[in-house]
Amino acid sequence: MEDKKNQNEKIENMEIIISKTLRAGVLLSALIILIGLILFFATKSSGYPANTYPTSVVAIIKGLISLKPYAIIMTGLLVLILTPVFRVGVSIITFFQEKDYMYVYITSAVFIILIFSFLLGKVE
Amino acid sequence: MILTSLIILLISIVAGVFGSLLGLGGGIIVIPMLTLLLGVNIKYAIGASIVSVIATSSGAAVTYVRDKITNLRIGMFLEIATTTGALTGAFIAGLISSKYLYIIFGLLLLYSAFTMLKKRNEELPEGVVSQPIAKKLKLEGSYYDKVLKKEIKYNVTGVNKGFGMMYIAGVISGLLGIGSGIFKVMAMDLFMRLPMKVSTATSNFMIGVTAAASAGVYLVRGNIDPKIAGPVALGVLIGATLGTKIMTNMKSTTIRKIFIPVLAYVSIEMLLKGLGV
Repeated sequence: MEDKKNQNEKIENMEIIISKTLRAGVLLSALIILIGLILFFATKSSGYPANTYPTSVVAIIKGLISLKPYAIIMTGLLVLILTPVFRVGVSIITFFQEKDYMYVYITSAVFIILIFSFLLGKVE
Repeated sequence: MILTSLIILLISIVAGVFGSLLGLGGGIIVIPMLTLLLGVNIKYAIGASIVSVIATSSGAAVTYVRDKITNLRIGMFLEIATTTGALTGAFIAGLISSKYLYIIFGLLLLYSAFTMLKKRNEELPEGVVSQPIAKKLKLEGSYYDKVLKKEIKYNVTGVNKGFGMMYIAGVISGLLGIGSGIFKVMAMDLFMRLPMKVSTATSNFMIGVTAAASAGVYLVRGNIDPKIAGPVALGVLIGATLGTKIMTNMKSTTIRKIFIPVLAYVSIEMLLKGLGV
């Protein structure tokens, strides 16, 4: 009985941790995108030639350093794209803390596939 | 310029509300609205849609995971099939013309409308016996239903079929840039016989992970245009936050009845465009 109660509490903790992680990621990305958009409309310039924008992580970071509006928006989008990846990563840790090793493996497999697909995107 | 962004923002709020309600991801609304209403090229609409799916998923998951409506174990287990499928889809996407994308999309929406119509009166699944594999994987769960005002315990069946369907859902997601939530909800609802709210919330959780798996490819291809995807992300995040509040306080039968005509209408629009009428 005591064990079961403990386990339920752990699962509850895990859900709260994941929920909070998500909220932080979501709020951060929304804030960055908003700043980028405001800057874009205020300066009436994207920081890039017409109809172009950064399409690689390196280009986005370079543009961000020189505070180009489009690069700022793209940074926010990148943070947003990364929230699910981050969410999976946090789940691995929390399943591990629960000593639920079967799900540590399952979640790790998902994480590896995710990282793999990000790398594939870069190579192309 | 600002006006266009505001229109995109408003469309995206609506997309976020419906997407989070039904576990579909906003893409299913964002793509038709951007292409049909604003004349955005499908190439950029798909990029914006990937962003909207992730925004719906992460925005809604904040609440659904906290309220334990999302079944994390089912989500993670099925995610193996979906992410593998998404990779497959993303790499064959460049080989198909936008005309066919419209037709595939139209048929996809029409089919889901019929699926929903058939299940319009079912509030909770009954008489479900858990498969041994479901017990082994600890997939069973429970959540508190605010409308029925009680804790709903549920069993899980059809694990293998559900897993197979998820791979197909992943391929479609990578191919069309949508979270293919309809297929995910369908697999969990039809094969695994989960309560509707658990299916939509778990689908919501998963679609973001699946979309993220192909987002890298779309970013590098230049499908993600910041002046479109930026307002989409903001709008969908706002909409998804509202949508989760509505969903927890709504009967699933009500949600279905609102959405069926919308799906049917949009699907016909897309089909006509694809056929060049």
